[in-house]
Amino acid sequence: MKSAKISAATHDIQEHPLLVRIAHWSQALAIIIMVGSGWRIYNSVPIIDNFRFPQWATLGGDPPISKIAHMDPGVANALNWHFSGMWLLLASYLLFMAHGLISGHFRRDLLPLHPRGLIRDFIDALTFRLSHRLGEYNHVQRAAYWGVLFAVLMMFASGLAIWKPVQLSWLTWLFGGYPTARVVHFIFMSAICLFIIVHVTLVALVPKTLVAMVLGRAADPIHTTETQHAGE
Amino acid sequence: MQVNEPPKPKFDIDRRKLLRSGLSLGALTFLTGCDISDNDTVQSMFAVVSQWNNFVQSELFGAARLAPEYPESMAVKDFRYNAWYHADQAPLLNAADYKLELSGLIDTKKPWSVSDLYALPQKSQITRHVCVEGWSMIGKWTGTPLSELLKRVGADTTAKYVGFVCADGYYESIDMATALHPQTIMAYQLSDQILPAKYGFPFKIRIPTKLGFKNPKFVTALYVTNRNPGGFWVDRGYNWFSGI
Repeated sequence: MKSAKISAATHDIQEHPLLVRIAHWSQALAIIIMVGSGWRIYNSVPIIDNFRFPQWATLGGDPPISKIAHMDPGVANALNWHFSGMWLLLASYLLFMAHGLISGHFRRDLLPLHPRGLIRDFIDALTFRLSHRLGEYNHVQRAAYWGVLFAVLMMFASGLAIWKPVQLSWLTWLFGGYPTARVVHFIFMSAICLFIIVHVTLVALVPKTLVAMVLGRAADPIHTTETQHAGE
Repeated sequence: MQVNEPPKPKFDIDRRKLLRSGLSLGALTFLTGCDISDNDTVQSMFAVVSQWNNFVQSELFGAARLAPEYPESMAVKDFRYNAWYHADQAPLLNAADYKLELSGLIDTKKPWSVSDLYALPQKSQITRHVCVEGWSMIGKWTGTPLSELLKRVGADTTAKYVGFVCADGYYESIDMATALHPQTIMAYQLSDQILPAKYGFPFKIRIPTKLGFKNPKFVTALYVTNRNPGGFWVDRGYNWFSGI
């Protein structure tokens, strides 16, 4: 029986509890909604002169239909997506954070994180010498996961500052005022998009990580590192 | 029937399933650009969430919490014109003929002339106008708190909504708490000038605690009601409370 052979002694194993998988995919969906609708909203008053996101990449319906139904190019739809998606993002983010903190997943898998380890792993990654072991995160990955969790947190904070510049005027003030808070919101959106590009690329390179995030478990025979690399 | 074959390795069977989930996620991202928004179920979901967001925002609203005010030097002189039609199509109201009609849950429904309105106590405030689209601008508005008018005409301030009808076909409504907010004013002046036609002569309702589109111009009728009157943009899919 093949499955009996898969053990920690012979295999790298990556496991994600159901709760984590639900929170992960809900966040993925929520972020697609938030970014897509955010780009449509952005397009009505661009921050960078003359830079607009291509309409096909945005969320908010067919502009000609919307021109008739809403007298706008889909901004009402986009705002509705944005202010619906934020609740999904909030719920899934809180679920993910609560689980990560309480279960010890963050402490176990994303810590420790040292600058020296980060630099070492970063150089290894750039020179394609960084080996990937399922279920174990190197320092670059740890930093990236903390980074994206922080970026989402900052999206909530800067988003609230834009949404409620009067009721939460202290928060808007902390971000340097309403127009600056908008720019901050844009910058952290860009950071999240950058993370997604890297994240999805790496998943494509190591597809078993996707197996683990969908089915809950994936295993890989342990590589006897040096010889294995030489043979590849 | 019992088959004595060893079970297939678990992670191989599910590759197909995995591929399928991957594809449907891809399909979703493609759909987003097309017409997923123009769908009855999606629009009903928006309506439900928008109601919830109205509730959340009314809970967040502080009846006595003031919008930040800015120094005179920060007020923009040439304020942005914004409407769905060109500025030269803005209705030109004649001060001599103008009447503000009152109706609904109000004791004294005698219409108000421009001179009656302008004779009410006035104050100035320099606040930020925030547009739903994302631009914002600081301006100086001068006028009478709406609460002053509501008090003088014996409006039922326990009612839920105040509705406005405008000369250009626009209409809006706000919650009573916002109507009674000290910074909600009938603004007769912008940058120390009587409002030009395009900015809403004889007055616009200036509400620094709400998005720009909740600030109706050229108001010709005002009413107090317990039934939500909606609004021009609200009825086109924008959130009703739209507080900031």
